[in-house]
Amino acid sequence: MKEELFVTARGNALIDPSLHIWTWEVAMYLFLGGLTAGIMVFAAYIAIARKDEEAPFAATRLALLAPIALSLGMTTLFLDLEHKLFVFRFYTAFKVLSPMSWGAWILIVIYPVSILQILSTLRAGYPQVSPYVDRFSIGKQLLDWCEAYRRQIAMVAIPFGIALGIYTGILLSAFSARPFWNSGVLGPLFLVSGLSTAAALVALVARKHSEKVLFTRIDLVLIAAELALVALFIVNLASGTEQQLIALDSIMSGPYTLVFWVLFVGVGLLVPLVLELLEIRGFARRVAIVAPVLVLLGGYVLRQVMIDIGQESSWTRYDTQYNAELLQRLHD
Amino acid sequence: MTRFAMVIDTKTCIGCGDCVVACKTENRVPDGLNRDWIVEATQGKYPQLTTEFRSERCNHCSNATCVTLCPTGASHHWKGTNIVLVDPDMCTGCKACIAACPYDARLVMHPDGYVDKCTFCHHRVEEGLDPACVSSCPTRCMHFGSLDDTGSEVSRLLKTRQYKVLKPETGNEPNVYYLV
Repeated sequence: MKEELFVTARGNALIDPSLHIWTWEVAMYLFLGGLTAGIMVFAAYIAIARKDEEAPFAATRLALLAPIALSLGMTTLFLDLEHKLFVFRFYTAFKVLSPMSWGAWILIVIYPVSILQILSTLRAGYPQVSPYVDRFSIGKQLLDWCEAYRRQIAMVAIPFGIALGIYTGILLSAFSARPFWNSGVLGPLFLVSGLSTAAALVALVARKHSEKVLFTRIDLVLIAAELALVALFIVNLASGTEQQLIALDSIMSGPYTLVFWVLFVGVGLLVPLVLELLEIRGFARRVAIVAPVLVLLGGYVLRQVMIDIGQESSWTRYDTQYNAELLQRLHD
Repeated sequence: MTRFAMVIDTKTCIGCGDCVVACKTENRVPDGLNRDWIVEATQGKYPQLTTEFRSERCNHCSNATCVTLCPTGASHHWKGTNIVLVDPDMCTGCKACIAACPYDARLVMHPDGYVDKCTFCHHRVEEGLDPACVSSCPTRCMHFGSLDDTGSEVSRLLKTRQYKVLKPETGNEPNVYYLV
């Protein structure tokens, strides 16, 4: 037997009985960050591959969603900060070894790249808006320039989009203190999941049949890749340290087993995989809306589950029956 | 790096909790939060049980993951020592350092929102005094000093006694030692 008890009361907020510092705000940010990455990559891909005809929505209108999704994500991230007035401190330092610092700076660079991407197809995609920009000579010059260099802008957008998508996973995997996150597979897994949610978004919103088919095909490949990465992630933990084995238990026979396997792997990956396969073969067209919605849901569930389990997994474990609420009685 | 260490003798610690009270008083730690705590670890099978008391806190790691992962530099090593401090004016309250600590030793200071932790009472160390917890210990089981000074009490104890640190396998190089 080995029992480690607190002798003095410890009910530190956010830490006891187990770490719970991050909730839906961070999960939502990681989801929207991944989605933004995918949006930028696919808008760029269509430009580079010259598939404007086949995928008119992704070619001309998709890019606008990137800064919107990212801004929403940064808003929820801001909501999570405990010392909000000091948010500017992310930009008074650059810490090479801190993925969070990298992320803060990547976000700053993403905006101008994304805006150039939008401007390069503004006239074609949003003819209601572009006259307001064209009215000014500098705006007109800018639009002309962006249109002329659309493919070059796309080539810059792809690496930045990938950096954004992969950093959200590396951010978590860098926490060596959290055994469940401590896997190098997390970066690629979050990137592929982000790309997959963006492909699903296009398949959901696009009107043209050829575009729906193209992005359903892309999504199929990405879902398959994501399943493979989930398998690798589990192999990685299963062959890891004692702490990682304990952490893995929470999805194998613990409290998160159901939500991980049924909601994420089942509803979020396998069901849309099957539905999309059917769609490509011409079946189940009438429910074509279901698969992309499930993929988007699965993308969010992945982040939420990762955030929840990762925090609970720890090197330190005490048995404690201390009830922090009892302290309140001192004041009553 | 000047290495300050705390050496705690589990053979003479009785788990009274005076170190916890001393810390709360000295550092005005808000209600409901604690920068240090005492763990009673019992091992074995009845009636062959052994009990060890440990006064735990931030380990002021030489290779502190909380310092590495802090995105703003708020979490830092104080004046080239291993003492880990948080600068409230630099802290965004992102809580990355809380997740980065394998000892779960950091906490958010309510209601201000910045992250707070044990400081090894650096304001006392600067004046040549021991941290409040060490100086208040009634059984004198706690010792504080520099490991660079080979003649210091902590260096001597580590030379002559068996000791352990918590979870050395994290690679964080903790500096709170327990004599066993």
